Amino acid sequence: MSRPTPLHEVHKSLGATLTDFAGWLMPLRYGSESAEHTAVRTAAGLFDLSHMGEIHVTGPGAASALDYALVGNVGALEPGRARYTMMCDAGGGIVDDLIVYRLAADEFMVCANASNYLRVARELTGRATGFDAVVDDRSDSYALLAVQGPHSQEIVAGLTDADLANLKYYTGLPGTVAGVEALIARTGYTGEDGFELFVGAGDAVKLWGALMEAGAAEGLVPAGLSARDTLRLEAGMPLYGNELTAATTPMDAGLGRVVRFDKPGDFVGRAALDGSEPTKRLVGLVMKGRRVPRHGFAVVDADGAVVGEVTSGAPSPSIGRPIAMAYVTTTPAAVDIRGSHEPVDVVDLPFYRRKK
Amino acid sequence: MSSIPDELSYTKEHEWVAGLDDGLTVTVGITAYAAEQLGDVVFVQLPEVGRQVEAGEAIAEVESTKSVSDIYAPVGGEIVAVNTALDEDPSLVNSNPYADGWLFEMRSNGATEDLITAEEYAALISGDS
Repeated sequence: MSRPTPLHEVHKSLGATLTDFAGWLMPLRYGSESAEHTAVRTAAGLFDLSHMGEIHVTGPGAASALDYALVGNVGALEPGRARYTMMCDAGGGIVDDLIVYRLAADEFMVCANASNYLRVARELTGRATGFDAVVDDRSDSYALLAVQGPHSQEIVAGLTDADLANLKYYTGLPGTVAGVEALIARTGYTGEDGFELFVGAGDAVKLWGALMEAGAAEGLVPAGLSARDTLRLEAGMPLYGNELTAATTPMDAGLGRVVRFDKPGDFVGRAALDGSEPTKRLVGLVMKGRRVPRHGFAVVDADGAVVGEVTSGAPSPSIGRPIAMAYVTTTPAAVDIRGSHEPVDVVDLPFYRRKK
Repeated sequence: MSSIPDELSYTKEHEWVAGLDDGLTVTVGITAYAAEQLGDVVFVQLPEVGRQVEAGEAIAEVESTKSVSDIYAPVGGEIVAVNTALDEDPSLVNSNPYADGWLFEMRSNGATEDLITAEEYAALISGDS
């Protein structure tokens, strides 16, 4: 039985189509997912992301513990800053991709994927052994609402005294939004400007209502996981379980830059990753035709030989043609869509980049 | 509750069939329930006009954001027309599944899949959700 989020009744009253996702009952879409996608690109969308995991790591040794547990240079983060990073296993395989927020000198919040946060919390606890740090999985006490899109700042600014104009991308500060205590983070997974608001589970409904009201004039619409998936795919952002797996290294995913060999001390995966070369290449594919490549479909070269596999694929509302990310070993020419080789253009990622 | 017009016949694969009673040419589409379940339809691959098909044969595809669905011939016979408007605007399947969103017309040879009534189809999808 999937768990409802603190906003479940709100989703039901909005007529959302619900779906099981990583053990949670989540809104897939409220109406047309293409309209939700377009609203986020042109105005703003409101997402319930309460399925994500929030794990606090605190204590004088918290920074050192995280530097050992994760591949990034967490200790170098200033308080108030956030960083995209990963947890790897000893062999260099990706356990999860994460955002780490440094809340204070000795306090961090690790935001993990819904499908992985129990494992991440367990691994962090184990890897923190011997460090003066406490790992506390507080996922159940949090709700997470995201406002994403070019109108996000106007919408949230009307509900808070926080200085949003000076809140840079990948920063987060504690504040009050609509009278609700929140960690206000300028992060997201859509390729647009926006905010992620971490609040107490009991405050989620109040905050949702206030945001919808404040956003009505700005074109804010509720948006579901379906739009979130096409938005992040267009933005070339990887998804755990698709582009990122235990059989994939950060280098394979084209994200070798997140592995900080220059940081002091050992970290889990260092020996395996140091000097390792990618075994495959993540590429962007734009279909010449209109049939849609899907996760797991074979990618073939000009001779029809299999050279890789699609990790994510969807119709792209912004481009108007189906797009995909795929791991390949050599230049692909087509995707095998149910027995027929459908030709592709190979493009640089991301597919979509917002105008600054 | 999705609309389920009484005068149509249905398949367990969520297709509707019109015109069975009054002649040999039938019109086929997908139900409002199916369209809602699929989400935004972005492409419909239709069969070629003139093609001879057997009842139950997969002859078309409906692509939506999240999935692709096979469309089966509800009767045997010949494809005599396809809804070319879907090429330009596949969302007609969502906005008007029983009229402008029709998929194809067939000249029936009398062979049919298991067709069910509106009432039976309503019972089928109430057990679905």
